[in-house]
Amino acid sequence: MSAHAPSATEAPNWTRAARERAVEALPPDELLPDTQPSYVASWVYVFGAMALASLVLVILTGCLLAVEGPSWWHVSGVGHFVNSMHLWAVEVFFFFMVVHLWAKFFMAAWRGNRQLTWISGAVAFIVSIGAAFTGYLSQQNFSSQWISAEAKDGLNAAGVGAFFNVLDFGQMFTWHVVLLPLVITMLVVGHVLMVRRRGVVPPMEDRPAGAISEATP
Amino acid sequence: MSRSKRARPPFEKWTGPTRPYDLVKEVVACFVVVVVIVVACAALFSSPDERQISIGDWARADAHNFVMTAVSELDGSSGTASYGPPYNSASDGQKIGPLSLAKLAGVRVAVNAADDFVVAPLQTIAQGQPDLLSELSTWQAATTEQRASWTDAYTKSADVASYDAMGNPTLPAGDYGPVQPMLAALVSMARNGGLDGALATERGFYNNNNYTRQMLFLADGSYLEQRATDQHLGGDQWGMMNEVGNYPGQAWLWLYTVWYQVPPFKTSGNADALIWGLMMVFTLLFVFVPFIPGLRDIPRVTKVHRLIWREHYRMRQ
Repeated sequence: MSAHAPSATEAPNWTRAARERAVEALPPDELLPDTQPSYVASWVYVFGAMALASLVLVILTGCLLAVEGPSWWHVSGVGHFVNSMHLWAVEVFFFFMVVHLWAKFFMAAWRGNRQLTWISGAVAFIVSIGAAFTGYLSQQNFSSQWISAEAKDGLNAAGVGAFFNVLDFGQMFTWHVVLLPLVITMLVVGHVLMVRRRGVVPPMEDRPAGAISEATP
Repeated sequence: MSRSKRARPPFEKWTGPTRPYDLVKEVVACFVVVVVIVVACAALFSSPDERQISIGDWARADAHNFVMTAVSELDGSSGTASYGPPYNSASDGQKIGPLSLAKLAGVRVAVNAADDFVVAPLQTIAQGQPDLLSELSTWQAATTEQRASWTDAYTKSADVASYDAMGNPTLPAGDYGPVQPMLAALVSMARNGGLDGALATERGFYNNNNYTRQMLFLADGSYLEQRATDQHLGGDQWGMMNEVGNYPGQAWLWLYTVWYQVPPFKTSGNADALIWGLMMVFTLLFVFVPFIPGLRDIPRVTKVHRLIWREHYRMRQ
């Protein structure tokens, strides 16, 4: 089949317009690059990919736990091991994410009109704290009891507890397995696409011939 | 102008030297490394799962504290009964200056401590127990002053109460009205596990997996906190960011938890509201760093970036 080249007189087509906008916004060679700027030569860049890989494992192990339900891991050896993987995946996810955040802070990675990339990453970190928190509340053990008893006062004082009741396991569980993972996934996908589209921020105090049109806030 | 010819935003695009890179390979390698780390940690350290405390555990372990807490629910002096929003209107809740965010949010998780924790559960077992039914009727028909007189008398005598093997309290003779038999029935119900079920159901039927009433009642007593303090989980022991045992817990909450350990928050009656206000400010600063002069200049001043890009700077020189 030959490539279709729209003419000026062709009738409007939403699908074609969507495709053209998608290709324009995210050219394949930027989405899946096989080269990087020469300055991307530090192990610190790996922590973003490690955080992403950890998130994938968090979601996969969470899906396994969801298949069997919230009581499974209390009564099954296999379930307990999957829960342990879920817990440690969260721990390493936060570790890699924090290192990634600090690295990006010290790179001032928001330069060159990349403010939204920073903001999306920062918001993803904050929402991840909420997701992990609701996970701890969903354990149905002594830790979740105590954490909910302690946390309710702060949330109530902020007016949040009226709408987000940490003592309501049903509410916390649905936030943990549906709403917050959905938000995090959307934020992280958007964040990664922004990184790919806008490129990796170049070094500071450097105006190489290759860098163009910096718009420092 | 068509969309495809529209000018792109002014991102700083690199057109200088490049190096080979394999994005997919890097992501796959990272995933493998993460799986190895996580499986190793799961196999070596497992995960904590200490059984939750029930109301029954509490009544069996410390009948006196259970009974005294139940009296405080009846007389309105318990933590829940005097909490304020979102549970009731007994107070305005904590404030940031003159502002009570809790009051603004309103009473949306309505809890009547006396009715929900004591009277309503007893009503579920009163059918077939004429004496208990009569005592509940007496309590409900009594004036506020009369109720206060009974609970006050009970509270004053409770220090010398004795408890039999079934947790039934025995007090010196006094005018306790229906309070004494009601609490004897409640402690018996709790020890048998019936109170947990009664507090967990909605309108006596629906089980909504909502632990609000159980947890509020449990938290009003001292048993839960004592168990937590024994596990080094108290509010002044870095509280909720920790977990039982030696697990790392939610270490990322350190910046929130640290304020509870230091004055003036440590001793403030409005600590929760003040700390939440402070954290909201920090959160906004964190998210909007790129727009805040001074903060956004820290990377340029500290020069940590010269370490990250040392190869680049060395090559340039």
